[in-house]
Amino acid sequence: MAERERELREALAALERGGEEEVVAAQAALVAAAERGLGERERALCGAFLRRLLRAPRPHRGWRGCFLRGPPAPALAVLEEALTAPGPNLPPGEVAEVLEQFLREGRLAALLWDVCQQQAELGHPEPRDALLSSIVCLPDRVSNKLQKNSPAVFFPQNYFPLLGAAIIQVLQNIADSLKGGSDCSISFISHILGKVCIQGRQKELLSVLVPRLTDLTKSDCIWQRICWQLVEGVPDRWMEAVVLGFVQRAPGADVLSRLLGNLVVKNKKAQFVVTQKVLLLQYGHTTAVLQNLLGYLSLDSLRRALLIKVLQELLETWGSSSAVKHSPAEQQLYISKAILICLSHLKEPEIESCRQELLTIMMEGVKCHLDSSLPQIRRLGMIVAESISSKINTDGPVLKFQYEEDGEARELKSLLVQTPPCCAVLSLPDDESEKALPLVLKSNQKSPSAAAATPNEESDELDSDDDLIPYDMSEDKELKTKAPVYIRECIEVLTSSEDVDKWEATVKALESLVRKNPAATREVSVELAKILLHLEEKTCIEGFVGLRQRAQVAVLTTDPIPVAKYLTSEFYSLNYSLRQRMDILDVLVLAAQELSYPKSHGKTKHSGTQKPCIQLLPESNSSKDWRRIVDERIKSKTRRFATGQSQVQLVSGPNEFNSIAGHFFFPLIQRFDRPLTTFDLLGEDHFVLGRLVHTLAVLMYLAVNTVAVTAMGKTLLEFVWALRFHADSYVRQGLLSCISSVLLSVPIERLLEDMTEELLEAQSWLGDVVEKDPDGDCRRLALQNLLLMENLKKKLTADPS
Amino acid sequence: MALPPPDPQFVLRGTSAAVHTLHFSCGGQETDVATLFSGSENGFIHVWNLKTHRVDTALDGHGRRSVYCVETMGSKDRLLSQGRDQRICLWNLAEGRTSVMDSIFTENVGFCRCSLLKVAQERWLMAMAAKALEEVQVLELPSKTSVCTLKPEVGAKLGMPMCLKLWQLSGGAQPLLLAGYEDGSVVLWNLSMGKALSQLVCHSEPVMSLDFDSEKAKGISGSSEKVLSIWSLNEQQNLQVYKTHKLVNAGISDITIRPDKKILATAGWDHRIRIFGWKKMKPLAVLDFHTATVHCVSFSDHRNPRERLLAAGSKDHRISIWSIYTQT
Repeated sequence: MAERERELREALAALERGGEEEVVAAQAALVAAAERGLGERERALCGAFLRRLLRAPRPHRGWRGCFLRGPPAPALAVLEEALTAPGPNLPPGEVAEVLEQFLREGRLAALLWDVCQQQAELGHPEPRDALLSSIVCLPDRVSNKLQKNSPAVFFPQNYFPLLGAAIIQVLQNIADSLKGGSDCSISFISHILGKVCIQGRQKELLSVLVPRLTDLTKSDCIWQRICWQLVEGVPDRWMEAVVLGFVQRAPGADVLSRLLGNLVVKNKKAQFVVTQKVLLLQYGHTTAVLQNLLGYLSLDSLRRALLIKVLQELLETWGSSSAVKHSPAEQQLYISKAILICLSHLKEPEIESCRQELLTIMMEGVKCHLDSSLPQIRRLGMIVAESISSKINTDGPVLKFQYEEDGEARELKSLLVQTPPCCAVLSLPDDESEKALPLVLKSNQKSPSAAAATPNEESDELDSDDDLIPYDMSEDKELKTKAPVYIRECIEVLTSSEDVDKWEATVKALESLVRKNPAATREVSVELAKILLHLEEKTCIEGFVGLRQRAQVAVLTTDPIPVAKYLTSEFYSLNYSLRQRMDILDVLVLAAQELSYPKSHGKTKHSGTQKPCIQLLPESNSSKDWRRIVDERIKSKTRRFATGQSQVQLVSGPNEFNSIAGHFFFPLIQRFDRPLTTFDLLGEDHFVLGRLVHTLAVLMYLAVNTVAVTAMGKTLLEFVWALRFHADSYVRQGLLSCISSVLLSVPIERLLEDMTEELLEAQSWLGDVVEKDPDGDCRRLALQNLLLMENLKKKLTADPS
Repeated sequence: MALPPPDPQFVLRGTSAAVHTLHFSCGGQETDVATLFSGSENGFIHVWNLKTHRVDTALDGHGRRSVYCVETMGSKDRLLSQGRDQRICLWNLAEGRTSVMDSIFTENVGFCRCSLLKVAQERWLMAMAAKALEEVQVLELPSKTSVCTLKPEVGAKLGMPMCLKLWQLSGGAQPLLLAGYEDGSVVLWNLSMGKALSQLVCHSEPVMSLDFDSEKAKGISGSSEKVLSIWSLNEQQNLQVYKTHKLVNAGISDITIRPDKKILATAGWDHRIRIFGWKKMKPLAVLDFHTATVHCVSFSDHRNPRERLLAAGSKDHRISIWSIYTQT
C-alpha cells in the first residue's frame, strides 16, 4: 500500500517538474494501481495526478493512455470535470474524444466492477453519489457542452444500451465470483438501474437488460438470485420506475416472476406500485401489461393473497356508483379488463372463499353500470357481471345480458378464457335426433289424410260429378290480407282488430297512407298519434320500431301543431315508460328535420301544394298566385331577342318549420324541473334528461333562420345554466351541444344584444369544462364551443358593420 | 297428378274501368256473330265481338254512372241495362242503332241487380229493388205495369234486398222470386199473393249473390263470408239448408250455374274464379288470373255445348274468357 502511494506521489511530483519520461513511468504506476485496486487515499492521489495532467501547459505524450488504462473511476470523474470547465489548452472536443474512447474500450464495465468489489471489501455499501450521477448523466453533460457536435455514442439511445451491456458484463463477473466463493456487492448496479429508470431511460436500458436476463435466468438459480438482488437493491424512491419498466418489458408473466421474485412481498413500495398505482390510479397501460402484472401475482402462493386483495379492491372501484359516474370511460374499461384477468387466474377454492362477497359487489356494480347513460359503460357492466356470475355459479344459472358483440366485447371476453373450451363436440347427437323427428311426423301426417279420403269416395252416389276431372288446386292458398285503404280503417284495426295479419299489413301501410291523405289525417291526427304512441308490437314484424316511428313522423309532419302539442304534453305526463318518452323525443326531432328541409324529400311539386304549409300559411298560397300572374304578364309583354339556356332554378319553398318551431320547443323545455311520481328528470331518469337535452339541441339547430330562434336561444341558455353541473356526462355533452346550436343558429347581432350576459357566463363555464371535466368528449365539445365563440368574435371584428 | 288449371282462352281489354256485369248473346242464327255485353264502372256498355275480340259499339246511357246489370230480351238487339243513375234502360240495337227506347226510374240507391224472366212471347217480368228500402217491385215489360210489391212483414228486419232471382217451373207454373237480403237470409216470394213462402238464414253477412236450379230445386248463395251455402226447396215450398262449402278466402261477389246445370262458377274477392261440380259441390278448378276482385261471372248460351264459354269481369279492367269443361 504505502509503496503504491509513494509511487503515485513521485509521479505527481514528476509532473510538476514537467519531465516526459517521468510521466510515462507514472502511467505504468497508474495502470498497475488500476489492476490491483485502490484505497481511499490512492484514489485521491490518482485524481490529483490526472487533474494535473490535463492542466499541463502543453499536453504530455501518452496522457490519453493514463486515462484509458489508469483507474477508471478517477479518470471518468476528472474527464467530466474537464468537460465542464475545460483547461486553457484542451478543447472540450478532445475531452469528448477521450471519453468516447473510454466508453468504447469497455472501461465502464471495469469501473462498475471496481466499485462492486470495493464495496464488498470495504464493507460500507453506501454508493458514491458523485460517481453515480457522473455515469448516469454523462450523455446530458456531454451534449450540454458540445450541443450539436456531440458524438453519436453519447446519444441516449446509444449510451444507455452500452451501459446495459456493461451492467450485464459486471453481473457476469459477479456471478463468476459468487460461483468462485467470493462475495460481491450489487447495490451500486441497483442504484444505477434505479437512477436511469427514474430519468426516463427505462426503454433504452431495459431493452438490453431484460432479454439478456430472461435468457440467463432461465435455468440458473444463481442468476435468478442476482436478478432479485438487483431489483431489491433499488432505493424506494426509484422503485416505481424500475418495477414499471420490468412489467412493461417482460415478455410474459412467468419471465416477470423469474426476474422480480417475491419483490412485491418484500418491498412495500413495490407492492404499492403493483397493487395500487398501476391498477387503480393509472389507466394508460396496455392489456399485455395488465396480463403480465396479474399473471405475476398469481404465480406464487405468497403473491396469490395479494391477487385476491387486488381483485377485491378492483371490484370495489368497479361497483362504486361514484366511480362509475365520475371516472372516464377509458379507466372503467381498464378496470374491467383487470377484473376479468384476475377472475381468469382465480381457482375454485379461492372463489369459494369469497363467493358471497363477490356476489354482493356484483349486484351493486351491475346496478350502477346499468344506470349509466353511456352505452359503453352499460355494456362493460353487463360483460363483467356476466363473467363474475359465470365464475361464481359454476353449476347454477348464470346472468345473461343482451348486447352487441363487437371487437371490444370479444376482446374482454377473451381475457376471461385462458384455455380454449372443449364443448364443441357435445352438440352432435342433438342435431341427429332433430333431423329424425320431422320424418316421423311427416309419415304420421300422411296416413290420416289418406284414411279420411277413402270413406268420402265410398259414400259417393251414382249421381256424382265424377265425370268432371278436377284441375290442380294446390295453388289455392289463402290470400295475403290486404292493407286498409282509409285512415279511419287503420285506426279501427290498430285499436280493436284481433286479426294479426291485418294488423301487420296496417302497420306497414300506415305511413304511406298518412302521407297520401293529409286531409283525412288531419281530421284524426291527434287520435292517430295517441294510438301510435301506445302501439305495442303484437307480432314479430321486421323493423316494427322503424315502421311505427315513420308513421308517427308522418302524422306529426302532416298536422304539426296539434300533434306536437299532444306529444309534448304527453312527454311530461304520468304512466309512460322511458322508452315511450324517448320515442316522443325521437319523433319530434325527425319531424322537425323533415319540416325544415322540405326539398330533401324529393317530392313532386304538386304534392307540395297539399302539404300542411298551405293550411298554416294560407296567405303564402295567394301570394304565390299573385307572383305567378305578374310573372306571366311580364313574360307576355316582354320581347326577348335571344333565347339562352334557361338556368336551372333550385326548388325553393317556405321553411315549414318556421311557424311551428316554438310549438316543438317551448313545451318541452318548460317542465323539466317538476318531478312526477313516476318520472323524475332531475333525479333517477337522467338518461331521459340526456336525451331531452340532445333533442333540444337539435331542435335549436334546425330552427336556424326562423323567427322564434332568438327567444329559443335565450331560453335554452338559461336551461343550460341551470343544469351545467349535472353529474352525468351524457347530459353535459347534450348541454354543450345546446350551446353550439345556439351559437350556430341565432343571428350574431341577436346573440350580442339579447344574451351577452348568458354568453359570458357560458364562456367561463366552458373554460372550466375544458380544463376539469373528466369526460373526454365533454372537454372536446367545450373546446369546440370556445373556438366557435372565437370565430364569431373574429367575424365581428373583421366587418364592424 | 292433376293438370294445372288452364289459362284464359283470351282476354278482352279496353273497358278502361272496372267491369261489373257481363252477358253473352251467342244463341242466335249460325250466321250471327257471338256477342258479349259488358257494363263497367264508367257508365259504358261495351258490345264485344267474340270473333274479332274487339268492341263493336260502346253504349253510353247511364250518365257515366256505373252499369251493374245487363240482360238481353229475346235477341241481342234488345238490351236491358241497369245503372247507378237509378235507371233501367231498354235499348234498341237493331240495324246498328244505339238508342234508349224506354227507361224506368227505380229510385233505388242500392246495388241490387234486377232479375228478368220471360213469361210469354214478348212478355217479361222484371223484379227490382224498389224505392222503399226493404221492398222489391215486380214489373211487367215492356208495358211497365206493376205486378206486385213485395214487402217483408213488419218487424222482419231483413234489410235491403241484395240479389234477386225470378224463376218458374217449366210448364208455365206461377213465377216465384228468390231474394237475398242484407241480414243474410234468402226469402222465397209468391208473386201473385205478394207473400213470403219461406225464409232461410243462410249467412250472417249480406247475401251478395245467389243462383237457383229449378230442376233440382236447389240453390246456392254467397256472401262476404268464407262459406258458400247450398240450400234446397222441398215440396212444401220450404227452404232448407242442404250443405255449406268452406272457401279458402272470404268474399263472393257473383255466382252463376251453367245453363246445363253441370258446373257453377263463383267470382271471388280473392281475385279468383272457382269452378265446382253442381251435383256434389266438388271443387274442380281455381282460375287465378285477375289481379283484383272479380265482380261477375257469366256462361255463354252457345247452342253447341263445345263452344260454351265462361267470362269473368274484374276490378282490374279486364274480362277473361275461358273454355272449361266443354266436353261434358
